Amino acid sequence: MTLAAEIKDTGPEKLLAPVLSAFWDEDKSWTLDVYRRHDGYEGLRKALAMSPDDLIAYVKDSGLRGRGGAGFPTGMKWQFIPQGDGKPHYLVVNADESEPGTCKDIPLLFANPHSLIEGIVIACYAIRSSHAFIYLRGEVVPVLRRLHEAVREAYAAGYLGENILGSGLDLQVTVHAGAGAYICGEETALLDSLEGRRGQPRLRPPFPAVAGLYACPTVVNNVESIASVPAILHKGKEWFRSMGSEKSPGFTLYSLSGHVARPGQYEGPLGITLRQLLDMSGGMRPGHRLKFWTPGGSSTPMFTDEHLDVPLDYEGVAAAGSMLGTKALQCFDETTCVVRAVTRWTEFYAHESCGKCTPCREGTYWLVQLLRDIEAGKGVMSDLDKLNDIADNINGKSFCALGDGAASPIFSSLKYFREEYEEHITGRGCPFDPAKSTVWADKDKHAEVNA
Amino acid sequence: MTTTPSEQGVQAQGVSLGMPQLPAPDYPDDVRARLEADAREVIARYPDSRSALLPLLHLVQSEEGHVTRTGMQFCADMLDLTTAEVTAVATFYTMYRRKPSGDYQVGVCTNTLCAVMGGDAIFEALQDHLGVGNGETTDDGKVTLEHIECNAACDFAPVVMVNWEFFDNQTVDTAKRLVDDLRAGAQVEPTRGAPLCTFKETARVLAGFPDERPGAVEAGGSAGPASLIGLRLAKGEMTPARVVHPRGSGGPQDQPPAEHLSSHDAPQQTSASDPAHPAGPVSEEEGE
Repeated sequence: MTLAAEIKDTGPEKLLAPVLSAFWDEDKSWTLDVYRRHDGYEGLRKALAMSPDDLIAYVKDSGLRGRGGAGFPTGMKWQFIPQGDGKPHYLVVNADESEPGTCKDIPLLFANPHSLIEGIVIACYAIRSSHAFIYLRGEVVPVLRRLHEAVREAYAAGYLGENILGSGLDLQVTVHAGAGAYICGEETALLDSLEGRRGQPRLRPPFPAVAGLYACPTVVNNVESIASVPAILHKGKEWFRSMGSEKSPGFTLYSLSGHVARPGQYEGPLGITLRQLLDMSGGMRPGHRLKFWTPGGSSTPMFTDEHLDVPLDYEGVAAAGSMLGTKALQCFDETTCVVRAVTRWTEFYAHESCGKCTPCREGTYWLVQLLRDIEAGKGVMSDLDKLNDIADNINGKSFCALGDGAASPIFSSLKYFREEYEEHITGRGCPFDPAKSTVWADKDKHAEVNA
Repeated sequence: MTTTPSEQGVQAQGVSLGMPQLPAPDYPDDVRARLEADAREVIARYPDSRSALLPLLHLVQSEEGHVTRTGMQFCADMLDLTTAEVTAVATFYTMYRRKPSGDYQVGVCTNTLCAVMGGDAIFEALQDHLGVGNGETTDDGKVTLEHIECNAACDFAPVVMVNWEFFDNQTVDTAKRLVDDLRAGAQVEPTRGAPLCTFKETARVLAGFPDERPGAVEAGGSAGPASLIGLRLAKGEMTPARVVHPRGSGGPQDQPPAEHLSSHDAPQQTSASDPAHPAGPVSEEEGE
């Protein structure tokens, strides 16, 4: 195939780097047997041969940063845990993946749950914790089954329980299913929820590292962050740093979705661009062009086709005015109404606002009212400034980052697509046909032509 | 507090005077004994008993299909909480149902990406097809329809969840057939996940009791097709940058094989749907 030859220098073999996803195509990839055949629990052996402080320093030196959105250095989070304080320490894994567009942790846990379990043991050894919790969103029962099974297997094999691999480390892991609340992805709301309360964020300070679960020092890490640790230990921090950039080293899962030819998970070094991902995967669906996309879920300001060459790492995306977030690359083509998209996201934030603080609770409500009117052709021009004003009163003024997330699609869509909002107002309605955006729209068209 | 006959008369007409409800009836002794044993097992997983509240609410939901006042009283008893504290939590989380509902909870994702890709059309079609609105249950008590938020399967959009199992890459037709099969009692297999059990049985897994059915854990294979796309490209198992059907194999059952023999599928020079802004596929021309 000449096409393959043409792109040999930038082919997927070179651009992608499957690590966590390397054996998802194997039969029973979620089992301990298959995991061990792929060097599973080797990283743990290396970790247990180190002192906990050296281990923390090692993970810090690797440059691993949080994969849940904020990008905080993982090793530094571990280092913040006060040692010798006489209190129990806890590790809580945030598996509440609910950010619109985000779909990396769920397939990871479905296909390779042991990478998380191994990472948990390593992290708990480092922070001197003997009890870890996996807070999994409740709406993914197939993943819950695999986690139950992986934990059972790990106990049976001596990777969990007492005196793990003769190291003297005792560790208990509890799998905890949530009950449906986006806000519980916010780490302090997650802790309240795990304590059996309504999931509402806490005032910080004190930070969870000082007073987290049951007011004890607690590390809260995203699934992918923890699951990346075993490979770093096994293959070395230099190997990890050979991928990505100085400040954003390593590999990560990019989730491509929407009007693209091949939606799916693409694991590669940080800093890959959307253009590269689209090039290798067949681009947008045939006959269509990219209109807008999110680099890391709906809470990260949207991009347009001007941003195809932005390096998808923490610094690159931030420099272009957005956030790497969860690397949820939701791509929408020219058939999609941006007002409709933003209205729906805003309805989501209004629904998921926990109600604790006024700017978010009231602000998201009023944003929805205005947006619904605009989408229905009942808006007036001054509504656009009002939208901006309300978003401005939510952004940075809310109790937690949910409010900031709610403001992001408003600001960014008004910045890039104000004309489209105006069209809805002057044209007294939406100029788009939603039928054309559906995944089956073009197939129907072909069926008619062929008939 | 006592109630005068006249007040009772007013209440009987449906006007509440703010009188507290009578205490919830208790579970039958055998049910309570069974649930207490389960609850103690759940509580033992946590350093602090109150952490068991969410799992216990799943547990009482597995008994009655929704969270009843009896269930909440049970949680309060087990955890030494007030019913007000339990109610505050039970009403915060969307997975707890507060009224009798169907054996199968059918949730159509209508968050932006799925909605745009067809979720809105599917949700509308199912409402018509079943004759129920959001959150309502069919007369036969089989299906409760609702729209749901993003369920972390955007690369399989549009997504429908039934009892929190994944039904990926749905169309209006597949979704209609799905609910018809559920109502007819046919065995339904998710695209990723175990053969469906009832909502009550699902709730028990959520309470933290592993699914003991043979084959339940392995059902659905290692990963869905979309989850493997990047891996296959990286291994050279797929030809890169060739426009293929977006879903590959394993898509909805009623779709034709992922073959495009027609010239209509070649990338077009201009975008038919957007003549004012002609552009080829992004992979070839966009940017700069």
